[in-house]
Amino acid sequence: MSMTEQRSTSALLYLSGVTVSFDGFKALNNLSLLVEPGEMRAIIGPNGAGKTTMMDVVTGKTRPDEGEVVFDGKADLTKLDEADIATLGIGRKFQKPTVFENHTVRDNLLLALAGLRSWYKLLLAAPTKAENTRLGEILSIIRMEAQQHMLAARLSHGQKQWLEIGMLLAQDPKLLLVDEPVAGMTDVETETTAQVLREINKTHSVVVVEHDMGFVRALGVKVTVLHEGSMLAEGTLDQVSADPRVVEVYLGR
Amino acid sequence: MITRFLWQGMGPMLRVAVLFVLAIGIILPLLNQLMPASSAFHVPAWVLQLIGKYLCFASLALAVDLVWGFCGILTLGHAAFFALGGYCMGMYLMRQIGSRGQYGNPLLPDFMVFLNYKELPWFWHGFDQFWFAAIMIVLVPSVLALALGWFAFRSRVTGVYLSIITQAMTFALMLAFFRNDMGLGGNNGMTDFKDILGFSVQSDATRATLCFTSALALAIFLVISGAVVGSRFGKALTAVRDAESRMRFLGYRVEGYKLFVFVLSAAMAGVAGALYVPQVGIINPSEFSPGNSIEAVLWVAVGGRGTLIGPILGAFAVNFGKTYLTGALPEVWLFALGALFIAVTLFLPKGIVGLWSQIRNRGTARKARVPA
Repeated sequence: MSMTEQRSTSALLYLSGVTVSFDGFKALNNLSLLVEPGEMRAIIGPNGAGKTTMMDVVTGKTRPDEGEVVFDGKADLTKLDEADIATLGIGRKFQKPTVFENHTVRDNLLLALAGLRSWYKLLLAAPTKAENTRLGEILSIIRMEAQQHMLAARLSHGQKQWLEIGMLLAQDPKLLLVDEPVAGMTDVETETTAQVLREINKTHSVVVVEHDMGFVRALGVKVTVLHEGSMLAEGTLDQVSADPRVVEVYLGR
Repeated sequence: MITRFLWQGMGPMLRVAVLFVLAIGIILPLLNQLMPASSAFHVPAWVLQLIGKYLCFASLALAVDLVWGFCGILTLGHAAFFALGGYCMGMYLMRQIGSRGQYGNPLLPDFMVFLNYKELPWFWHGFDQFWFAAIMIVLVPSVLALALGWFAFRSRVTGVYLSIITQAMTFALMLAFFRNDMGLGGNNGMTDFKDILGFSVQSDATRATLCFTSALALAIFLVISGAVVGSRFGKALTAVRDAESRMRFLGYRVEGYKLFVFVLSAAMAGVAGALYVPQVGIINPSEFSPGNSIEAVLWVAVGGRGTLIGPILGAFAVNFGKTYLTGALPEVWLFALGALFIAVTLFLPKGIVGLWSQIRNRGTARKARVPA
């Protein structure tokens, strides 16, 4: 117990013995994982290894059958719902860019901006000066000032990616979970995305779930290999690549 | 603060719509009251009654649009809230008859005497007072919507399942209201109304006033809806419609948003139903029939879902067609309704208003392409 308290105070994200089963199939099987504050972690593993389920557990979409999930040393994420968890400071980026197509670029950012969330306050709220300043900053970072009043549906695929990054900046989470960010991207786009994530990592902790080994290599961070819902290996990419078990389940195929 | 809230949604289009609705509600009743019956400008009472009815339908359509068009909840049971508001008004009107009924009972409405009721059921108390009925007209539909919405939205029932639940709700209410032992008139419902607030419901002056009140109610609902969808709440609401789980992961508690519009919309539907009943002179359980709710959704689809003006245009257009066709070619009406539904789905996915904004968007897109 004392061990738990010690660890959970230092780690930003703490998973211990997490098990999730769907109709008897164990999507996560006694998974334990630690992410330190400021860290960027890559999570790899073959299809069905439990990567997405792990994200669902952390963001409150799925309740674990067993195990502990603690954020920032205090919050028990197994008791909270998506909205609570997001408010605590966990952001999630989906594989497909999901922006609000029927809203303008500026409104997309306004919706994501940390702060007001309750419906009765939003009925009367006008954007404050501080909020407008922050929106202006983000618009200039993502270089979309000219498009700020354009509907997101009219943006190109690349612009939507940038808008989504802007929304993540607006949300300003302590921990950012990124689901397969480079699926379907060209090599150049993959490299740019790695740069962007490293940039974000300067001020935020990041967990990246990815298939693409080239991309994980480009990130150059500690890697956790999942297999059949449990952790198989952890270390640098070179270390885990040398692990014969990893080669067998993942790289060897 | 309230003024600012109400003003924030007032775009130019909405302003025109509100003024237009008010103009109808003022000019037509005045032409009825001030022009002699021989004049070409005289508006007969039946026209006022018809327009008043359409205005109530337009309010119902706006209520449906608020939840379906702006929040993505396809309700197939909104006529139930309309009918509940109507029943509350009906109970008030029944108690105004007093001893002028067929059986001359000063306290019990005719149908109760006929069914051997010895005393007034408990839930009829208070309905002799207009203020009490007025509160109930808003409260009864709201509470039902709150209860249904609370369970459905918290359990994350969405899409077609939610539609089925709302449809089942109105069907269940219809069956319940058909029963004589409900104490609400059974399958005959309530009719033979005499007075409203001391004025005869049959008189032209009352009809004119009711038509005006229906227009006023619609105008107020337009302003409120415009303020709601024009606020930051409204931005969050349409975002919930388009990407609900994304909003959850941004930290929005989606249930609160849905519940608020659902209850607001039910209250609006209730008021519309209450204004409808004295104008048509009857309320019976067929108002709960599932077809009515589906028709209301069709008005919205025809006019333009997710716009404030669309449902009003749609309610007027479809009901005008219905009035004309059921009179001129009664056997054609249902086919026309079906054909309309197919035509709108295929060719006008955004309704009448969508046509106009498609043309306008093409214009702004051309402008936006010019580099700044």
